[in-house]
Amino acid sequence: MGVITDNLDLWGETLVGTLILFFAGGLLALILGIIVGAMRVSPIPVARAVGSLYVNTIRNTPLTLVFFAFAFALPPLLGLRLTGPVSLTLAICALGIYTATYVAETIRSGINTVPVGQAEAARALGLTFGQVMSLVVMPQAFRSVIPPMMSVFIALLKNTTVAAGFSVVNLGSIRNYLSERGENQFLVILWVMAIFVALVLLLSWAQRVLENRWKVAR
Amino acid sequence: MRKTRLMTGIGISAIALLALTACNSGTPGSSGDGGDGGGGDETALWEVATDVTLEGSKTFDAMVARDGVVVGVKNDQPGLGMEDPATGERTGFDVDIARWIAASLGFSEDQIEYKTIPSANREQAIVNGDIDYYVGTYSITDKRKADISFAGPYFITGQGLLVAKDNTDINGPDDLAGKIVCSVTGSTPLQRIRDEYNPGDTVEYDTYSQCVEQLKAGSVDAITTDQAILAGYVALEPDALKIAGDTFSEERYGVGLDKDDTVLKDHINALFTDGGDVWTALFEEHLAPAGIQGEQPAVDQ
Repeated sequence: MGVITDNLDLWGETLVGTLILFFAGGLLALILGIIVGAMRVSPIPVARAVGSLYVNTIRNTPLTLVFFAFAFALPPLLGLRLTGPVSLTLAICALGIYTATYVAETIRSGINTVPVGQAEAARALGLTFGQVMSLVVMPQAFRSVIPPMMSVFIALLKNTTVAAGFSVVNLGSIRNYLSERGENQFLVILWVMAIFVALVLLLSWAQRVLENRWKVAR
Repeated sequence: MRKTRLMTGIGISAIALLALTACNSGTPGSSGDGGDGGGGDETALWEVATDVTLEGSKTFDAMVARDGVVVGVKNDQPGLGMEDPATGERTGFDVDIARWIAASLGFSEDQIEYKTIPSANREQAIVNGDIDYYVGTYSITDKRKADISFAGPYFITGQGLLVAKDNTDINGPDDLAGKIVCSVTGSTPLQRIRDEYNPGDTVEYDTYSQCVEQLKAGSVDAITTDQAILAGYVALEPDALKIAGDTFSEERYGVGLDKDDTVLKDHINALFTDGGDVWTALFEEHLAPAGIQGEQPAVDQ
């Protein structure tokens, strides 16, 4: 317990770092993922092509490589100076853009569960593509993809630790700090693990609540 | 089905064979015909001791039992502890100190197994017994002495600053206002900069070489850590980098050992005390060309 109580400042700072990365990265991934998912089923061929290209390129790239591109290739290109907020933004973009591919594919699989006849009927009523998506298809698609979507977000939560190597303080970097303070590494890692298990349980709980609330009446 | 299985079998054997030959060509390369650049010279510097006995040293007993030494070193610090990724050849001041100690214990180069251990894992590796001793920019501190013990110091350096060659505004830690300083994640030098000086911002990566990349790209303004480490990078790229100002702390490098093994500690301390010539030769070979001045420190009693 001393590992925690003696270093409360660091644990607090790193936990906040992890949560910021998770929520900001998750929000970016969700927005981008919905857009790309919709692009991949849209009637416009160019949108479909761009969506497929993005998903198939980024989804097959190791996350560390995505981070390297953002932390090492982008700053010189844009002439960025790596202050704290810049590093954080780059990390959020890397996480968001990487996770969005999984979100997009999950959403697309949800869209495929909605019978095509519904979209056709909606279009026959004169709704635009945007309206068909937001009023008819997405609400139904979402509830069927909650379990796999939560898996994507749990993966995102664990992926936030990669940012530790790229100048963003989070639970993945606390071991290096506490090692310099002379704490037992093994204990530190056990505690980090326990925190992640607790956070994942929280997400699983959120999944159950959402599933119950949006249950399809049969 | 049968055919697939046969193919899998052939595939696995081929991979196993490759792995084996890879190991095979690696080991003699580093030990045999002067694998390390100064191999020829170094054998002249010291001889592998024979009939060594260290009564009551459990680390030494373990070495004898397995007929080899496992040494913890670093692999990414030019001039100190560097591993050539292509050949697996290890060079540097710290690595040669490790070789010297091994020779004094009666083990030749081909009986040394090197393990690359990053800074954050050093104490744990020694406590777990994964390595016999550690030589790699390992500062002697009281906190670390709670878990392990140190022989030496064998070198004294201090915190310094590395900047781009054409940088003229940074001449010491007091010039860091508004500047971005880079170092490895969680490192004490960076925390000292943050607490005692007033940098614009700090950046942390896994390795110093990543900081060097950012420095050359102009994304950060300075890198801070022990000057001996920084000097290694200057020696690699004297046209792009330079050391700014003097050191502003004292770091005493020791050899990390098991906490209770005073016999081995005394042996290594005696080796350092009696081996001034070897020390000077190693210093001249590895550190003096990088522009570092220094003399051999007296070991702690």
